Amino acid sequence: MSKYSIEFRNLVKNFGDSAVLRDITTGIHANKITTVLGFSGAGKTTLMKHILGLTMPTSGDVVVLDTCINKIDELSLREFRRNFGMVFQYAALFDFLTSFENVAFPLREFTKMNEAEIKDKVMSLLDSVGISSEAAFKLPSELSGGMRKRVGLARGLALDPKIMLYDEPTSGLDPITTHMVYDLMKETHYNNVSKGFTSVIISHDIHATLKYSDYIIFMEKGKVVENLDVESFKRSENPIIRRFLEL
Amino acid sequence: MKAMVEKKIENLGSYVIDLLTGLGEFMNYVSRTLYWTFKSPYRFQLLFDQMYFIGNKSIFIVFLTAIFTGAVFAFQIYVGMKVINADSFIGPIVTIALSKELAPVLSGLVVAGRCGAAMAAQIGTMKVTEQIDALEVMGINSFQYLAVPRIIGATLSLPLLSAVFLLIGYMGAWIIGVNVLQIDEMIYVSKISDFMDLGMVAEGIIKATVFGYLIGIIGTFHGFNVQGGAEGVGRGTNMAVVWGMITVLVVDFFLTSFLTKIL
Repeated sequence: MSKYSIEFRNLVKNFGDSAVLRDITTGIHANKITTVLGFSGAGKTTLMKHILGLTMPTSGDVVVLDTCINKIDELSLREFRRNFGMVFQYAALFDFLTSFENVAFPLREFTKMNEAEIKDKVMSLLDSVGISSEAAFKLPSELSGGMRKRVGLARGLALDPKIMLYDEPTSGLDPITTHMVYDLMKETHYNNVSKGFTSVIISHDIHATLKYSDYIIFMEKGKVVENLDVESFKRSENPIIRRFLEL
Repeated sequence: MKAMVEKKIENLGSYVIDLLTGLGEFMNYVSRTLYWTFKSPYRFQLLFDQMYFIGNKSIFIVFLTAIFTGAVFAFQIYVGMKVINADSFIGPIVTIALSKELAPVLSGLVVAGRCGAAMAAQIGTMKVTEQIDALEVMGINSFQYLAVPRIIGATLSLPLLSAVFLLIGYMGAWIIGVNVLQIDEMIYVSKISDFMDLGMVAEGIIKATVFGYLIGIIGTFHGFNVQGGAEGVGRGTNMAVVWGMITVLVVDFFLTSFLTKIL
């Protein structure tokens, strides 16, 4: 296996006449926390959708865990997606299910666990993200934004993914909750890294990124400007990055 | 003048292209849902949930619609038939109209309004809040999970609702005909058995099955095509109801032409 768990090879994505991703060749380091950083409209979310195979490239390849995901059939791709866990910008919990049922959902769909085993696993996952047993039986609409993100994280971890993706995980949260969520993401990463675990965060929060990431991929106008470890990123002389660092 | 004509032609061309694109997207959606209907896993619990929602939860409104439709129809027929002294024909006229047309069409309109709207709103809300993306990321086909149970649920439930409509509508007409208008009970029933046959009931059941399928397809299609936020969900819901109702009425005409020849 290469040092990257995710590789982009000459990745191009056009929507009609507009080029969203322009010839991207880079990789995301295995077993590290990498943040894809950039201004709004830089192409971060489109890049993440390519990782998941939700969007297919106009040209080029996306290789995840040594599998070129734009060249496998739909059924294989769906099966392959079980390698991913994902926390959405606004958690995307199923609003007709309680927190418990949300976390149990992938276990019921994809495992042969019995109800007692599911209950044990769900309660343990919810406990690990700091959700009380009382909150476990509440609907998402009855939870705060931070709690919804935590339940989303527990749901993402349910099938023991190899890659965890976070799309703007702290958007809409206050600064204290933001840091609590980042702490939890970091803790989750290091609790799982021995099993092979890569975390990818899509963000435009420079301060949290510098504090919590191992690597930073900086994007601008559909191109990757730099892919550096945090210390090198801080020292970068690239004027666009310097401008971002000075914000 | 020339520029104005050019503009008109351009608008017409753009309208035709949009129409054909929409039709193409709809046909593509129909073929995808058909494909995923026959693929495992089969989620029977979701199907039963939908049948409960579409069928059981619609019974009250179907009951009200049916009993008053039967009663009003019986009364109006009586007023017309009394003039030519043929008021004993209320039974067969109402029952034939209910079984061939009114039961499938009116229960179709009720389901299009109640359940077509709910399908579009539920799926549309899931789309704008990324819940559909969450399903896809887990490797679950959202068409198979959300659309297929709703479409099959509507296809199986509507004929049952239509049968309930027929029975309750018949009762409404019977109450007015026999109890209020004092038509002899034996004559009322015997006239029905003289003129009715099973083909008429079958025609209504076939129509209701087709309407159920179309309402399911249209409701879920507009849910998956929601764009934007709450306003988009509202627009999708509105489209699902409007197109669902129009489709029931238009398809009823063609089905009637076709089924009258073969049944």
